[in-house]
Amino acid sequence: MLKVNDLNVHYGVIHALKGVSLEVNEGEIVTLIGSNGAGKSTLLRSISNLLTSSSGSIIYLDRSTKDVPSQSLPALGLVQVPEGRKIFSGLSVKENLLMGAYLRKDKEGIKTDLEKVYARFPILKKRMHQDASTLSGGEQQMLAMSRALMARPKLLLLDEPSMGLAPLLVKEIFKLIKEIHEQGTTILLVEQNANQALKIADKAYVLETGKIVLSGSGAELLASEDVQRIYLGGH
Amino acid sequence: MLFKGVRHDTIFTTIINGLPIGSVYALVALGYTMVYGIIKLINFAHGEIFMVGAYSAMIFITMFNLPLWLAMMLSMLTTAILGMVIEKVAYKPLRKSSRTAALITAIGVSFLLQNVMLLIMGARIYTFPQVFSNTTWVVNGLRVNALQLGMFLTSIALMLGLQFVVHQTKLGRAMRAVAVDKDAAALMGVDVNHTISMTFALGSALAAAAGVMVGMYYISMTPYMGFAPGLKAFVAAVFGGIGLLPGAMFGGFAIGIIETLVAGYGSTLFKDAVVYAILILVLLIKPSGLFGKGGKEKV
Repeated sequence: MLKVNDLNVHYGVIHALKGVSLEVNEGEIVTLIGSNGAGKSTLLRSISNLLTSSSGSIIYLDRSTKDVPSQSLPALGLVQVPEGRKIFSGLSVKENLLMGAYLRKDKEGIKTDLEKVYARFPILKKRMHQDASTLSGGEQQMLAMSRALMARPKLLLLDEPSMGLAPLLVKEIFKLIKEIHEQGTTILLVEQNANQALKIADKAYVLETGKIVLSGSGAELLASEDVQRIYLGGH
Repeated sequence: MLFKGVRHDTIFTTIINGLPIGSVYALVALGYTMVYGIIKLINFAHGEIFMVGAYSAMIFITMFNLPLWLAMMLSMLTTAILGMVIEKVAYKPLRKSSRTAALITAIGVSFLLQNVMLLIMGARIYTFPQVFSNTTWVVNGLRVNALQLGMFLTSIALMLGLQFVVHQTKLGRAMRAVAVDKDAAALMGVDVNHTISMTFALGSALAAAAGVMVGMYYISMTPYMGFAPGLKAFVAAVFGGIGLLPGAMFGGFAIGIIETLVAGYGSTLFKDAVVYAILILVLLIKPSGLFGKGGKEKV
């Protein structure tokens, strides 16, 4: 479904991604773990064309997306929930959700999807007219993910959805990711919370200073000594 | 008693007199604040957009014999296009440059527009055709002038229209989203460039309407007529809190009323000075403006 091949990205003189290749097949949850500054967000931002890569290719649904502007990708089903949630402050909860459906024209479908979101998260319904920036961190993450679902994604890119959340909420978020996946959305998940992220992954990659250093099934990486030592705080 | 009553009435009349010009400042201030909100640029060419609006309406009326309402709408359309062109040619290439570079460019565009108008129309002072009734009614001792009432009502209608666009339409939602976070808006499918362009169009159209009304109000027109109202509207936007639409509207009315009071009770000579003194005071005491939160924004 998504194939990144030998991708290089530079920020000025900094070589942020050094020949990264990865593949996401339809129906999978693919996890990318790595420490701060490894280039995880850079990779997701490049896939969404918010950054220009210097070389390499990105193939999504059998077409190169390098020349497709960011704003046209949601229409192809490629949707990203950016790092830090990026809720639109000053817009109400409902308006934020409608932003997710920005490119859709089917009014009825948008309405049903809104109702689905409200059914899943009654708190968002209760606060639908409230400024979204007044929500708690966990609620904002739920809003951000619901907003992305409003675009009816085929492939959902999630950039550290559990960041800054209390353990109980982290569990909620991972439960939600699994639910979204079960309903037929393919997921590329970027996480620092390696343990949880690997548990739900069909396939996983480890990114270190701009390079993929390890890949395998989620279970394989969970068992790997290197991963244990560096990312899971094991022995 | 009687004396007090009369005096009270006079102040009230003066305030009423400040409303039309205040509503015009509010329209111009809205353009400043919208553009600032979305790309953090003080568009100092905004006063010249106002001037082009006034001139083009005058041309539509005197040369093409169009009715006032049509001339006003066409001049709004003209400046909307002009605003989009200026954004594309002058500001868009600088979007990733320092804010100072864009600010200096805006000042350059301002001079450019003044001088192009000077080149086309010459240095002579034009008079705006008197196409609006100048009747004055006296209602309960209050003098109400038809032109002033027309200016006030037109401005209010335009402000309501803008509120509708910003809060009830998809474009408005996109504008607010882009103002918060351009990348996040793009991830939702918003064409950021188009949205910025539309913001310039809307702001410029409001400035043109203001220009037409000031043209009718003060009658004489020069290529420099946009400078003082532009600056005052900028003060109004800063006063209310730049980037905030209600702030711009409030600021516009406040500046209009203050200016009229100073002219009525002090001297017309001081009215501009007082407005600029307000700018200095706001920047010293609360740079984020009356409605603004926090003071992190730097210009």
